[in-house]
Amino acid sequence: MATNETLLGAGFSDPVFQSQTAFRALLAALSEPGQARELAIAVAPPAGLEPASALALLTLADYETPIWLPAALRDGPAGAWLRFHCGAALVEDPARAAFAVIDGAALEPKLAAFNSGDDQFPDRSTTVIVQCAALTGGEVVTLEGPGIAGTCEIAPSGLRPGFWAELAANAALYPCGVDLILSQGARLIGLPRSTQILETR
Amino acid sequence: MTQTATRQHWMAVLARASRCEIEALLAQAGPQPEHEVLKAPETGTVMVEGRAGGAGRRFNLGEATVTRCVVRLGGGRMGFSYALGRDAGKARLAAITDALLQDESEAGPLRQGVGALAEKQQAARELASRKAAATKVDFFTLVRGG
Amino acid sequence: MYVAVKGGEAAILATHDLVAEARRGDESVPEIAVAQIREQMGLACGRVMNEGSLYDPDLAALALKQAQGDAIEAAFLMRAYRTTLPRFGSSEPLDTAKMAIRRRVSATYKDLPGGQVLGPTYDYTHRLFDFALMDEAAPGEVQARPAAQPLDASMPRVPDILGAEGLMEEEAPPEGDPRPFDLTREPVSFPAERDVRLQAMARGDEGFLLGLGYSVQRGFGNSHPFVGEVRVGEVCVEFVPEELGFAVDLGEITLTECQMVNQFAGSKDVPPQFTRGYGLSFGHSERKAMSMSLVDRALKAREFGEAATYPAQQDEFVLYHSDNVEAAGFVEHLKLPHYVDFQGELELIRRIRRERQERQDKHADQANEALPEAAE
Repeated sequence: MATNETLLGAGFSDPVFQSQTAFRALLAALSEPGQARELAIAVAPPAGLEPASALALLTLADYETPIWLPAALRDGPAGAWLRFHCGAALVEDPARAAFAVIDGAALEPKLAAFNSGDDQFPDRSTTVIVQCAALTGGEVVTLEGPGIAGTCEIAPSGLRPGFWAELAANAALYPCGVDLILSQGARLIGLPRSTQILETR
Repeated sequence: MTQTATRQHWMAVLARASRCEIEALLAQAGPQPEHEVLKAPETGTVMVEGRAGGAGRRFNLGEATVTRCVVRLGGGRMGFSYALGRDAGKARLAAITDALLQDESEAGPLRQGVGALAEKQQAARELASRKAAATKVDFFTLVRGG
Repeated sequence: MYVAVKGGEAAILATHDLVAEARRGDESVPEIAVAQIREQMGLACGRVMNEGSLYDPDLAALALKQAQGDAIEAAFLMRAYRTTLPRFGSSEPLDTAKMAIRRRVSATYKDLPGGQVLGPTYDYTHRLFDFALMDEAAPGEVQARPAAQPLDASMPRVPDILGAEGLMEEEAPPEGDPRPFDLTREPVSFPAERDVRLQAMARGDEGFLLGLGYSVQRGFGNSHPFVGEVRVGEVCVEFVPEELGFAVDLGEITLTECQMVNQFAGSKDVPPQFTRGYGLSFGHSERKAMSMSLVDRALKAREFGEAATYPAQQDEFVLYHSDNVEAAGFVEHLKLPHYVDFQGELELIRRIRRERQERQDKHADQANEALPEAAE
């Protein structure tokens, strides 16, 4: 632990107002899927966590919400940072996670490996933060569903092959299924389970 | 004792000490060191768990107020404090003390001071136990018949 | 039905002033300090901590001062304050076998390891006024005399002694020692498991549980209880912060524990044995812990295949009505304006009466018209 101690970056400098601001942004992102939001709050996230991912977890995670991270992040400064600031447990089993951070380009774990909730408690599914290379410049995807006026398009880049098919399969589980947050830099896009993938090109 | 057990011991002693006692303890060790507050003193709760029948199924008895603080000294050493109650000042002082203690030798002034506090706390516990012992029933049985 | 009605602000603000004055009472009498309540009204503080479900003697004393000694109002203040605090996590389960004993008695065994320790109890006081307490100018001798030797460092819990002989229902954690249900976070469903029942009773109203426990003894619950043990003392609270990864001793809290022993005739699957009820509460609060243990046993009716005929055996009844903050809220909300509600009822009653009158008048007319014919 002593080796990590000197490296540990700061969390919120003003926890009440900063977490409320971030919460509003996350709420807006998930209620208007496809619209990119910016989280303009300065924190010092550890290596491997996008600032937006770090802010989302600082805001939402606590000791009751286990977090899944790729092994390299879990055993490194990112794991220590989340343990310290959120008091959250880090789990190895994706199905036990309330929140997860995955690298969009990594082939594993699949979205289906996370907890999709059950009929009685669909709300207990995992919220998966997908870290992307960029939120633009990739395959264009047309979205439809609650919170979207008609349809909208997003084009995040750096996602693994078959990602959108996984997302379509996830949406088919509704009301179960995971909720997604795509993040890069200080920006994020919400993709809740209610959002349908119309087409990709 | 292992390193962790030693640290657990002084954290327990500090949790039971008053703010004034920790202030006096720190003063013995010289001027207060420069430090950065990583987690400002914050009061929250811990849900206290019991066990049915004392040893059975866990259940939630109720919460207790707890105040915590984390500091980092100039050299990078982190100090933690977690204690029942809502004393923010005590939490900060205890966290600084915890950080300093980790780099102090066994003969150092803080270790000695913690030892003295532990003895004082033990003496208070023993006195309370002796007062309770004064109410212990001494049965005597009247033998009837042959 | 509730309709927002404006007005009354000035009157409401004036009640705040009046309540402050009523709370203070006669200003020629010195004001009571929170520390005085904490130190000298410790049993009241214990009750407020239990029903407020928050261990903090200073806050309990403040709550009592602010509520003019109204225990339920004080518990409400504690509950409201609790909701503003972040929760850092759950403690390690308390180990009451390691309690620093101040009182420990058993009604089942005279000679038990560690002995019978009466402690600070009112059990052997005459219920006669001590008028000397009215004379604050003359402090009496209040230092208790210590014995030469302290008590044993740890004392076995009495039911564990019977347990060793196999005569006592076993209390072991279920497979995997699961985290307990938390009724402050999740909705309760019925039938409720033991962890839910114990949590609900721990924060439940002492008077309600006392009444239910009493009903069990009086024949509304088929129980033959003995106090296996009551113990009062201090227990360490340990917590493992995620970022440290080892247990931190947060200090000590005062607890009261009661193990109630009950007869059980046995069933097809279980040989005759003693069964138990468990009570645990904050502070020195024996009546609460004992009542809780009686009701805990009564609520095990289903597990033992007993008929749940009486209120104390019915988890839904007990759990839905034991919370005095909820109960007081629902009962006392009746004071709030129900003007429109009542206006509706008033209209209804008037209409029904009018229609009834019309019906009666009509019958009378018909009868009158019919009369001459009948006379013919």
